[in-house]
Amino acid sequence: MLRTILAVVATVLFCSAPIAAQQVVPPGNPPVEGEIGHDATGGAQTLEDILARQRGEEIDDSFRREAIGNPDNAASMTGQLGTLGGVSDAELWRALRYGEANVTVSAGGDVATVLVQDGGMRWYEFRQGPLRTYGGWLLIGTLIALAVFFLVRGRIKIDGGKIGRTVTRFEFIERASHWLLAGSFILLGITGLFSLFGRPLIAPYLGKEFNSTLLIYSKLIHNNVAWAFIVALVMVFVMWVAHNIPNRTDLKWFAQAGGIIGNKHPPAKKFNAGQKIIFWSVILLGASISVSGLALLFPFEIQLFGKTFAFINWTGVLGWFDIAPLPEYLAPQEEMQLAQLWHAIVAFVLMAIILAHIYIGSVGMEGAFDAMGNGEVDEAWAHQHHSIWLEELKEKGEAPPDPDTDPKVTPAE
Amino acid sequence: MKAMLTGFAAIVVIAIGAHFVLEALDFSSENSNSAASVRID
Repeated sequence: MLRTILAVVATVLFCSAPIAAQQVVPPGNPPVEGEIGHDATGGAQTLEDILARQRGEEIDDSFRREAIGNPDNAASMTGQLGTLGGVSDAELWRALRYGEANVTVSAGGDVATVLVQDGGMRWYEFRQGPLRTYGGWLLIGTLIALAVFFLVRGRIKIDGGKIGRTVTRFEFIERASHWLLAGSFILLGITGLFSLFGRPLIAPYLGKEFNSTLLIYSKLIHNNVAWAFIVALVMVFVMWVAHNIPNRTDLKWFAQAGGIIGNKHPPAKKFNAGQKIIFWSVILLGASISVSGLALLFPFEIQLFGKTFAFINWTGVLGWFDIAPLPEYLAPQEEMQLAQLWHAIVAFVLMAIILAHIYIGSVGMEGAFDAMGNGEVDEAWAHQHHSIWLEELKEKGEAPPDPDTDPKVTPAE
Repeated sequence: MKAMLTGFAAIVVIAIGAHFVLEALDFSSENSNSAASVRID
């Protein structure tokens, strides 16, 4: 920490000293913006530029970024400074600093051609700050909201209780795939949270040694269990996508708020609209996490963001909101930084959704866990939550007929 | 519950399998980020 502060102080002193020397403004009298232009500094930053940057303001750095010399203007080789090739040392360093220099390397590929890359600082600060803060509070907030909901609404019970006759809701392979996905996601979530929060929340209390060992194994688990998650995601998609296409029944479900508020139970097929939201969240967010995860597993091999930004620019959407086009060329390191942040942000959102899913599938609703436990649900539960699906099963003869309405069925003595 | 245990067992099998398969295919970061001229051990 002390070293960082000293470094910042030294940098500020180092940067401001020459510029202060060029200005004739008496100390304690800051220059008015625009009073000293870049012409007066020979193209270097003004004090106002530096102060604005330190205040965290966005500054137009094109006067430096683009001042990288021009080989076409070079003096002849026999002339004064001709050997510099039209590019001064300052211009060459600027070109390196902004990734504009034509660097050739004999080993290491594109990654090694980047000599100065300041995106790492932005990544580090975002990961330490907003990512941890908002991500952490999102999960805590979700848990609090679910606890409050449970206290207010209580457990959603089966009206009239269970009747003892069951129907098969999920086959063995469906349940095994679900638990493959669920188990791997929980492992990935926990090890991911350790990786993000280990340093501020575990190391100070349990020691750096413990945190280090924990993170080494977390990384090992995270990197390898990822494959189980991807496999399960594909299996679940293939098995359930046909049941999760939105249809008109979903509108009724939304109109009655899914029966979550009030005591109505809207009709539904195999999956109701709420479950469809969970399904598509898992598939889309899970796929996005998987792709960004693959980019992290195979460093610098998969470039996602430059191409995505190019596509977004091409659509012209940003122009509608007066937002400048996104950078289409990113350094390989920057691709990795963005992949990590995106991976974590999407994972936080999916974790919050899954917490709600775990709640409703366990303590939140009577009889719901049976669907994924042994696959058999009580007919009263099926009638209450998936009435159309139950009717379809009965028509197909895959559910026992109702003894009250079917004359062929005689009640047991 | 059998399905749940099967799913959990599959996680272990896939994870251990992935570890050894990727290692065998020279995908460890040690191997992919160094050449024969680099002595890691």
